Amino acid sequence: MMYGSIASILSDPYLKEILVRAVVVGVLVSICASLLGVTLVLKRYSMIGDGLSHVGFGALALATALNLGNASTAVSLPIVLVAAFLLMGMSEKRRMQGDAAIAVLSTGAIAIGTLLFRFSKNQYADICNSLFGTASMSTLSKTDLWVTVAVSFVVLALFLLFFTRIFAVTFDENFAKATGVHVRFYSLLLAALTAVTVVIGMKMVGAIMVSGLIIFPALSAMRVSRRFSTVVITSASLALACFAIGFAASLLLDVQPGPAIITVHVIVFLVCCLIGFLKNRIRTANSKKIVVE
Amino acid sequence: MALLTFESVGLAYGGDNVAHDVSFSVQAGEFWGIVGENGSGKTTLMKALLGLIPCASGRIVMGEGLKPAEIGYLPQQSAIQKDFPASVEEVVLSGTIGYRGLKPFYGRAERALANKNMDMLGLLPLKKRCYQELSGGQQQRVLLARALCATKKCLVLDEPTTGLDPVVTAEFYHVLHEINQSGMTIIMVSHDVEQAVRCCTHILHLSCHPLFIGTAAQYKASPLGRKYLEVHAL
Repeated sequence: MMYGSIASILSDPYLKEILVRAVVVGVLVSICASLLGVTLVLKRYSMIGDGLSHVGFGALALATALNLGNASTAVSLPIVLVAAFLLMGMSEKRRMQGDAAIAVLSTGAIAIGTLLFRFSKNQYADICNSLFGTASMSTLSKTDLWVTVAVSFVVLALFLLFFTRIFAVTFDENFAKATGVHVRFYSLLLAALTAVTVVIGMKMVGAIMVSGLIIFPALSAMRVSRRFSTVVITSASLALACFAIGFAASLLLDVQPGPAIITVHVIVFLVCCLIGFLKNRIRTANSKKIVVE
Repeated sequence: MALLTFESVGLAYGGDNVAHDVSFSVQAGEFWGIVGENGSGKTTLMKALLGLIPCASGRIVMGEGLKPAEIGYLPQQSAIQKDFPASVEEVVLSGTIGYRGLKPFYGRAERALANKNMDMLGLLPLKKRCYQELSGGQQQRVLLARALCATKKCLVLDEPTTGLDPVVTAEFYHVLHEINQSGMTIIMVSHDVEQAVRCCTHILHLSCHPLFIGTAAQYKASPLGRKYLEVHAL
């Protein structure tokens, strides 16, 4: 095992700091991603998270090439933000098909990013880390911690204070617009918050898997719940549980946290599908009974 | 003063002019049917009325203190709503967002209004049900209840009976008639000329510019109205 027992990690102040940072960032990012995920999935914007993570990979490569690896968040955040606004704008205006635009941006960023990693000292390790995440999320910096805390604050405040508006905008954009809600403001805010979540989440689970943090909890919650408010609460709770189980498993079994967390999400999703299926069966059986009676 | 006055309104959509010289006025309590072929500009006209797009020329004047955000809108269903997890109550309550200011949660007044409208449309037994499990006619009534929560004076309906079977359509028009009788002004965009003539008090027949503006009875007697009603009867 990498650090020996958990007790020995906690006795080493440096390792302890890394661990505590990983847990705090992990919990907050999981919750943010799962909340944003509900609206992204329902608005058919699931792939935006995926596209942004690939742009994030390119940005990380750029930071490494410029020898700014320690300040990678400062480099990737603005780039991913711009990409998020571009993608959101294109999806809205339908000038180019949204999915095509995302594919263009994703593959382009991956190609350029991979080339840029040529400038790093240990090319393959860096590529691997940015794609699949590092052990114990050791690349998370203090800046990342503060960015995460700030974003979580905004996301949580948004969902608490503007919950009814988020519902209205997600369910029916045109109706919301007609009743005077600034729909565009919410779309751009959603894009910006998703961008930040992706940039930090990437350091947890890697560029390839970060959209899993956004999509899985929402999809799982939608299998078992049929009210918007319960879907949102279930999504956040599942994300929290999956992070806790996945991260603990990664420490105990000495595997990378990214794949461990996402694997737990996959299992939870399958279980939720089964529960949803059984619930449906029971409901149809009951309604048939009512008809017979 | 009229509730709504269209003053030589011209409309453009995606750079193309789709309607011009639309002038008419709507008095409170009237039930207008805006009919015409696909691409005649009727949907664009409705969007301009709701403030979703600007008028390319002319203007729409609102009287009696009506504001664009205080019009109750019943849009066509979108693909997103087909599998959306939401209860009937959540959807209807969302109609009240326009005038609640920045209050984070629904208050007693909003819940009472939503309950009143659900009761009127016979939706109370379905209150806790999931929107996506309802039949097309029930979903349409839910969206109508939401629109009623958004307005006290004026409803705008976009092809409200698309995809509904004839019995449910007849029921829906019956409900609209009752709402109109209670004093609500209704403006409905429809391609169903026959139904529009039957339930509206006034007709605007649009084909990039108005071909007919007047009462439903006048329209029925006009050459244009007779022609369209005959085509429908075939």
